[in-house]
Amino acid sequence: MEVKINVRRYSPESTSNVPHTQEYLLEMDDSSTVLDGLIKIREEIDGTLSLRCSCRSAICGSCAMRMNGEAGLACNTKIIDVMPHDGTPILVEPAGNLPVIKDLIVDFEPFWSKVKNVEPWLQPEGEEPETEYLAPDEDMLHLAGVVSCILCGACVSDCTVLEVDNNFLGPAALAKSYRFIGDPRDDADSKRLQNLNEYGGVWDCTRCMKCVEVCPKGVDPMGRIMSLRERVMEAGHTKTNGARHANAFSESVKHSGWLDELRLPIKSFGIFNIKAMIGLIPIAVRSQIAGKRPPIFHKSIPNAKNIRKLFEKIEGKK
Amino acid sequence: MLEHDVLIIGAGLAGMRAALAAKQNGVDVAVVSKVHPVRSHSNAAQGGINAALTDRGDDWRDHAYDTIKGSDFLGDQDAIALMCQEAGAEVISMEHMGAIFNRDQDGRLGTRTFGGQRQARTFFVADFTGQALLHVLYEQIIKSGVLVYEEWFVLSLIVQDQKCGGAVMMDIRTGRIEVVRAKTVILATGGLGRVFEPSTNALICTGDGMSLAYRAGAPLMDMEMVQYHPTTLKGSGVLISEAARGEGAYLLNSENERFMLKYAPEFKELASRDVVSRCEQTEIDEGRGIDGCVLLDLRHLGEKYISERLTQIRELAMDFANVDMVKEPVPIMPGMHYQMGGVKANIDGETEISGLYAAGEVACVSVHGGNRLGANSLLDTLVFGRRSGIHASEAAKHTDHLNIDDSHSETDKNTIKMMMENPIGESFGKIRYDLGTAMKEHFGVYRNKEQMDIGLSKIDSFKDRARTVHVADKTKTFNTNLLFTLELGFMIECAEAIALSAIDRTESRGAHTRTDLPNRDDENWLKHILVSYDNGEHHIGYKDVVITEWEPTKRQY
Repeated sequence: MEVKINVRRYSPESTSNVPHTQEYLLEMDDSSTVLDGLIKIREEIDGTLSLRCSCRSAICGSCAMRMNGEAGLACNTKIIDVMPHDGTPILVEPAGNLPVIKDLIVDFEPFWSKVKNVEPWLQPEGEEPETEYLAPDEDMLHLAGVVSCILCGACVSDCTVLEVDNNFLGPAALAKSYRFIGDPRDDADSKRLQNLNEYGGVWDCTRCMKCVEVCPKGVDPMGRIMSLRERVMEAGHTKTNGARHANAFSESVKHSGWLDELRLPIKSFGIFNIKAMIGLIPIAVRSQIAGKRPPIFHKSIPNAKNIRKLFEKIEGKK
Repeated sequence: MLEHDVLIIGAGLAGMRAALAAKQNGVDVAVVSKVHPVRSHSNAAQGGINAALTDRGDDWRDHAYDTIKGSDFLGDQDAIALMCQEAGAEVISMEHMGAIFNRDQDGRLGTRTFGGQRQARTFFVADFTGQALLHVLYEQIIKSGVLVYEEWFVLSLIVQDQKCGGAVMMDIRTGRIEVVRAKTVILATGGLGRVFEPSTNALICTGDGMSLAYRAGAPLMDMEMVQYHPTTLKGSGVLISEAARGEGAYLLNSENERFMLKYAPEFKELASRDVVSRCEQTEIDEGRGIDGCVLLDLRHLGEKYISERLTQIRELAMDFANVDMVKEPVPIMPGMHYQMGGVKANIDGETEISGLYAAGEVACVSVHGGNRLGANSLLDTLVFGRRSGIHASEAAKHTDHLNIDDSHSETDKNTIKMMMENPIGESFGKIRYDLGTAMKEHFGVYRNKEQMDIGLSKIDSFKDRARTVHVADKTKTFNTNLLFTLELGFMIECAEAIALSAIDRTESRGAHTRTDLPNRDDENWLKHILVSYDNGEHHIGYKDVVITEWEPTKRQY
């Protein structure tokens, strides 16, 4: 079949020095992947095209890039699955949220430095046993779901928080951190959780699900971040805005059956946080004008009791 | 000029294990790799790592014998014994560093069965054991603060008076060329799979280390022994782990017959890889294949079992062949997978050039002989990576740097300048493809003299074509076009070494099966073939196989 691929090109050495797209016309099979197409371009049509790729079987993590605006591995993305039906070309761009070096190659240094930031190595305490550490198989099977992360950067590419806040550790580094906190052999939880409670840590995720959608290995980074939030709070870190927000949120729903939006920000920031309270005034005024101010007296919904029971049931299970 | 005590080329399992050992020994160590360490090809090892743990009632001697028999008695028995004795400690040490491993009901390390072995002694992390171990070693590299030159490409080794004193390398990102002075150098560059087309190997497996050593005068050993893996996916040639058969999968021909029952009544699908690949090829050649393939049937294992223990390969078969192995058998074929041969090295990694070491697939110790057992390659990388790291760092403590300066990069700079200025010619891609398909055709599962001679003459013609390769990309930043052209040179040299050795071995043994000489000839061929290069000439030499306590016998599975 005939395939049109538009590739985002950039060379720091070119005189024009601006990114542009270049269209290539290829003859490919139904089973061909986007990577097959790109390799065909660089081997047969245009040797100047640069990209990273190696294993061709979704295990080395080299070929994460954006295809039609969404990150994934070029090696396990079939052309037929991303080819627009209206005959327009497939758009192939470098991964997002990382500086472009050339064509589809991005600078991974910021990525690795965040991974290193979570001290990604096992930190057991006490004497090493003579044989292996004993650990339940189900714990290890659970960890295997995170250990299978290949650090390809697809999640980081499309993370909507990193787009606006470069300080965020990001889904890959946080999932890596979870891998150790969830490991029964690791004894550095308290230090790790303290670190994750800081600015840029677990509370900065907006739960947009993008990382879960684009992860080629089913690692579920956002799910791991949510588990980490629970662990952070269980470890007694309940004073951050994020922790207070989560507590206020569930308290409100537990007691009235729905969200008390008026008190939620006040409880999250703390009423004595004058700066934040003043910052809320314009929002309050705008919502008043728009007729969207939450009611001052927050009443329970009918049958709120049942919702409380649900909470108690879940909390009892933990 | 850069300077380190120990320079390690390659950042897969062997390279990083060597780096950790050298660092622990208190020397200044640096690793250079053309890709980031976690992108290395060790990732692709799926099934597991072998070790005979005595507290599980296993014995290293049994592991050693299975390995020796698997090697078709070409493996050196002293080296194999050592590897099998050190296996348990190496697996436990990886567990202590953080490898998760699947467990048994008591929370201890669990095992699965692998080909050519009478015991279940393969420790594993689902079916991505290599990736799991590679990431753990990278974590340890971060922890220990070993310097890694990420995305640097080694152009040549610096050897003076038969002593290696460093390397010349290029920063891929900037094109800058640097001389690195080192008291000892360890090659850990992995295999040469891309010399064949198709191959299960990653695109980076271009035989760099073998060629670097060969050019520097170190002999290559057992190069004719190229492993064809029995289960690679139809079409793409992507690897389907031996773990599938280890967990109980059947091989079927077009008549729905479990054909391995007739060839290997005892081991069946789990005979050693050379045996199973030959049987499959025979079935296909005799008309009982389906589109050049046979079928791998896992349906009887059930969905839960498959998704827990063979997670990745199920996805691979769906992604790359549109087959859900829970519901349908998977079409597979033998595919080039591993090079048993490599730079001749001893049990401490020492090559024939003083100061130059080799470990992992780039090396030939020889623990795999004519055929490697599944799950012995991860073991090989760790045991000999560590031993090389210890020995090379110890040697560095008692050695001075050679008299080397920046002028040692002139030759490489000129070569690259000439390549870049070459006005017209073929692109590397077509030549590499022709080389790969020729190697598969002439040095495949079954070989004969006539075919191999044609193959060798084709290799000569590729050499001529490679001289005029046109590098289209004229920039210095990430010029992958230039890298592939340099790699093509490495690959052609490796191909030639394979061809010369294969033609020289006038018998059938292990993976080297000749239809014109179908029998094993223990009287004349219990020896390794060595190929070396000196002053533009190839030399063939021999080394006797080390036989300690296991006399060669007829090999049956």
